[in-house]
Amino acid sequence: MNLENYQGPALSIRGLEKVYDNGFRALNGIDLTVQQGDFFALLGPNGAGKSTTLGIVSGLVNKSAGTVEVYGQNTEADWFHSKRLLGVVPQEFNFNQFEKVGDIVVTQAGYYGLTAAQAKPRAEKYLKALDLWEKRDVQSRMLSGGMKRRLMIARALVHEPKLLILDEPTAGVDIELRLSMWEYLKKLNEQEGTTIILTTHYLEEAESLCRNIAIINKGNIVKQTSKRDLLSELRVQTFVVELIEAKPERPLIADHRCQWVDDQTFEVDVEQGKGINELFDAFDKLGLNVAGIRPKSNRLETLFVDLVRNG
Amino acid sequence: MSAYWIAFNTILVKEIRRFLRIWQQTLLPPAITMTLYFIIFGNLIGERIGEMAGLDYMSFIVPGLIMMSVINNAYSNVSSSFFSNKFQRSVEELLVAPVPNWVILWGFVFGGVARGIMTGLIVTLVAVFFTDIQVHNIWVLISTVLLSSILFSLGGFINALYANKFDDVSIIPTFVLTPLSYLGGVFFSISLLPDFWKDVSAFNPILYMVNAFRYGMLGVSDVSLVSCYAILVSIILILTAYSLWLLKRGKGIRH
Repeated sequence: MNLENYQGPALSIRGLEKVYDNGFRALNGIDLTVQQGDFFALLGPNGAGKSTTLGIVSGLVNKSAGTVEVYGQNTEADWFHSKRLLGVVPQEFNFNQFEKVGDIVVTQAGYYGLTAAQAKPRAEKYLKALDLWEKRDVQSRMLSGGMKRRLMIARALVHEPKLLILDEPTAGVDIELRLSMWEYLKKLNEQEGTTIILTTHYLEEAESLCRNIAIINKGNIVKQTSKRDLLSELRVQTFVVELIEAKPERPLIADHRCQWVDDQTFEVDVEQGKGINELFDAFDKLGLNVAGIRPKSNRLETLFVDLVRNG
Repeated sequence: MSAYWIAFNTILVKEIRRFLRIWQQTLLPPAITMTLYFIIFGNLIGERIGEMAGLDYMSFIVPGLIMMSVINNAYSNVSSSFFSNKFQRSVEELLVAPVPNWVILWGFVFGGVARGIMTGLIVTLVAVFFTDIQVHNIWVLISTVLLSSILFSLGGFINALYANKFDDVSIIPTFVLTPLSYLGGVFFSISLLPDFWKDVSAFNPILYMVNAFRYGMLGVSDVSLVSCYAILVSIILILTAYSLWLLKRGKGIRH
């Protein structure tokens, strides 16, 4: 399989349907395209169809209809080649609790046709990169939650896939580990060229990491676009302003919706297309000394909630 | 080296590593249990029974007890290991990888064969302390052990695919395998049975395995060797086809 001349998308989904045995229709013929080298987020509320979509791509769920291609390889007709290109990091821990960390990664490499001589150096490389090398002889059940998450990433990378899928990779993870995982994934995408698709409930994570986004709701793709274009749909952005000194009179800002949280903090809306410079003019006129200003909430979160509620 | 061969070896090595890691649960119990069988049935009761099918009772039961260990351990290894993989969801490691269903199946089956053979050897070693071990036909011995352990490993695999809880993998060994083993000519010759029950016994596949193995050791059998092999091979083919069909449908492992 020679991909050097392949110019197409990393993932192409056409007309994907899934109806479970109990009659529940999880996917209604969705189309999705992820380009090579992209860092892509698939967002959606619980039960939207994210895990079903990823499950079908990775071979854990049988599809009812449609086609899926990974780097141009059909996941049914060319299942061998398509699976070799794919690495999967599931949401739930799914390794043998009694196997050692090193054995888990080397065994996974064996499933992809890597001999022990090939697998062991790779296992060392990824366990070191994810700070697990010292734990290689420890049974996986003895690892902390964060280490288990990193183990799943190491396991998914050992055969050096071109497309990495992560299902809520930082769920339940502390901030420090989340940031280090973000750094690692960014490096993987930017330096190694690995295409990454992740699902997440942390919209801040999607906004920080991803360049393109699709939103799925009730088995339908309601939006697929670049993050930039999606955010440009925001008509209003809310900022939280903190003052150096309290202002008990709580003045209002002309031409802007304004709401005071307390005597020293208020929220103000700025419409799409308007800069925030005029806000500072207004602050000067009102004698407000600003200590700090920040966006009220994740911008993507606002859009997401709107799209899902109206979808 | 073929990727499929490497994947098969990986599964097999993992399975062997598993039952060696927990040898106190997998290899030690058959040694202890069979020692007790040899003492109680072979020595204490056997001396009162005298001969069975022209052989002293201890010599008569040794082949059956070895086969009983092989069968039970081959079955249990696959049923418990594969179900444990399902329960912990580590089977997903195989499902996302480019491993065809037949490699998954034969990897686990030969893991069961490995444990079946190992326990068979352990029980044989125990038997050395109670009687002389004879070999009438080594190829019949080897082929019978191999085919029997493959057959019951396939059975264990199917059991594990259908099982939804741990209780489900102990029902068949307790209520099916043990009675069939006991009634399969391990402790008595079926020539002692009335004709009706002799005919009923003909439907017990374990009867053929025990007798083929007894023939390989002692040169005596209650059934023809040709029947033994025909039944073993037929059942293996049926169970293999059924297992692959279940895997393709994703029974118990995929939505």
